[in-house]
Amino acid sequence: MASITMNNTTALFYVFSAVLLLASFRVITARSTVHAALFLVLAFFTASCLWMLLSAEFLAITLVLVYVGAVMVLFLFVVMMLDINTDSFREGFWKHFPLAGLVGAVIALELALVLLPGFAVTQAPVDPALAKLGNTRMLGIEIYTKYLYPLQIAAVLLLVAIIAAIALTLRKRKDSKYLDPGEQVKARKEDRVRIVKMDAVVQAPAAPQKGEGQP
Amino acid sequence: MSLGVLSLGHFLTLGGILFALSVIGIFLNRRNLIVLLMAIELMLLAVNMNFVAFSHYLPMEADRMGGQVFVFFILTVAAAESAIGLAILVVLFRNRASIAVDQLDTLKG
Repeated sequence: MASITMNNTTALFYVFSAVLLLASFRVITARSTVHAALFLVLAFFTASCLWMLLSAEFLAITLVLVYVGAVMVLFLFVVMMLDINTDSFREGFWKHFPLAGLVGAVIALELALVLLPGFAVTQAPVDPALAKLGNTRMLGIEIYTKYLYPLQIAAVLLLVAIIAAIALTLRKRKDSKYLDPGEQVKARKEDRVRIVKMDAVVQAPAAPQKGEGQP
Repeated sequence: MSLGVLSLGHFLTLGGILFALSVIGIFLNRRNLIVLLMAIELMLLAVNMNFVAFSHYLPMEADRMGGQVFVFFILTVAAAESAIGLAILVVLFRNRASIAVDQLDTLKG
């Protein structure tokens, strides 16, 4: 397979691809869910290295920051928070493997047969603007001029996701003492105090006698 | 076609194999909802790989940055999707004390 003309980039591509495929295979077969999440972190990190080879630096850094930094931490948090019995997931795990392996192998083989000879572009064009501005600035110019409206929609989508996630998982504590300030403000004197008018029925005590109470 | 020289087809094939692996993962982990979500994340990664590769190898006169902008938006949607998916998972576990997919048959579908 390795021809004499293999240069550094090609060697790096094969190393990263091998790590990426091994890590994703371990994600889907790992015995513990925590291990699966950690292998997914490795897969994302390797994918970002591959994107560096494709000179998409901003997206590579974003993949590490957003996925490894936020989404995977969320995954690990949920996995550790829920007390899941993982043994029950394992029974009959390999039962579907022949069918799954067949489907997967057919998909991969067909795609490789079409894609590998069909897209044999080896020379990427060298963009003079990219060399001058850099990937991040070019992406920024595109996003903030041509794709400004989709960017706003994406921001609204993230807001909706935040509110939905909080609204789904929020629950009222039953044991906390809580007063509604609105109810407190609305309270009037008539709600709390009952004024009772009644006659004085107890007789006033008589004035003390002279000499009494003295030693 | 030579394996020694890197071409667009190499990256597309890698994306294809990654996609096939995550399809296998969805078949295998039919019970564990969390690993199903992880397999979906892997699928999105495979698709993003194709977008970035096309954006790198497209000729000059084409809209080359469009692929990377699209990956940007896919990342946004994927983050929102996994956040809401995990929130639903937490609520599900609170109500049913289990996340096994084959036990979620209340609707008898």
